Amino acid sequence: MIKNVIMFMIWYMVWIFLSWPPEPKDIIVGAVVSLFVILMTADMMDRCDSKADIIRLPVRLAWFACYALVFIWECLKANVDVAYRVIRPDLPIRPGTIKVKVDLKSDAGLTFLANSVTLTPGTTTVDLDAGKGFLYVHMLVLKRDGRSIKAIGRFQKILKRIFE
Amino acid sequence: MNETIGMVLVVTGLVFDFFGCLGLVRFPDVYNRLQASAKCITLGTCGILLGLICFKGFGATSVKAFLCLVFIILTAPVSAHALARAAYRSGVKPWSGTVEDEYSKDMDGIK
Repeated sequence: MIKNVIMFMIWYMVWIFLSWPPEPKDIIVGAVVSLFVILMTADMMDRCDSKADIIRLPVRLAWFACYALVFIWECLKANVDVAYRVIRPDLPIRPGTIKVKVDLKSDAGLTFLANSVTLTPGTTTVDLDAGKGFLYVHMLVLKRDGRSIKAIGRFQKILKRIFE
Repeated sequence: MNETIGMVLVVTGLVFDFFGCLGLVRFPDVYNRLQASAKCITLGTCGILLGLICFKGFGATSVKAFLCLVFIILTAPVSAHALARAAYRSGVKPWSGTVEDEYSKDMDGIK
């Protein structure tokens, strides 16, 4: 219940910010829409957290900040690399789809990892085999010595601390 | 000062968006072209929106630009992933220069 109230506040805030400066009609419509969204998604949010999780929250947030920095750095590097390959006249790419072993278990962690991999230029997640723990990744440049999956390993190490 | 930073960010974003479009034309197959379009998002579109935020300072426009940024980052990879998977499942063959293709082999085993 508390969780639903918090989610309602968050959606309501998003609505108010989107319609800034708020007028009376925005405030009313926002409340109705937020309530509707909560009713639709309440059972998805119902996985109740124990007390231990709440204590760990600051640690997880700190790791999340660390993750954001690592992710931005990897993104910048990959962006420049792909841009360089696009403008080279001979187009130096070696595309390929490989499977990468992941040992994250939680859905949220896997979603985060897959989305981060797709957002990083030069790598796209094609599919996920959650049972066996494989991520199928399409790479623009497949390096011979496994260096291409180093960034994924780095993401995974931090995500493990956030979600598990 | 803020305007200078904003200008630099917007120009960087435009340059990287341009490279993304160039890649979209130059790369050989569906999967590589998806890579090029995903590249537009991170530095390209995010750069332009961050530049706009710097340009306008804190206010109604910036808050909306920031929310756009968050939603683009959340939704863009999902669509790229769905397109790549759908292309594989509907039998689009990877480019002949592809060096490794482990997904085609295992595709039927994954539901």
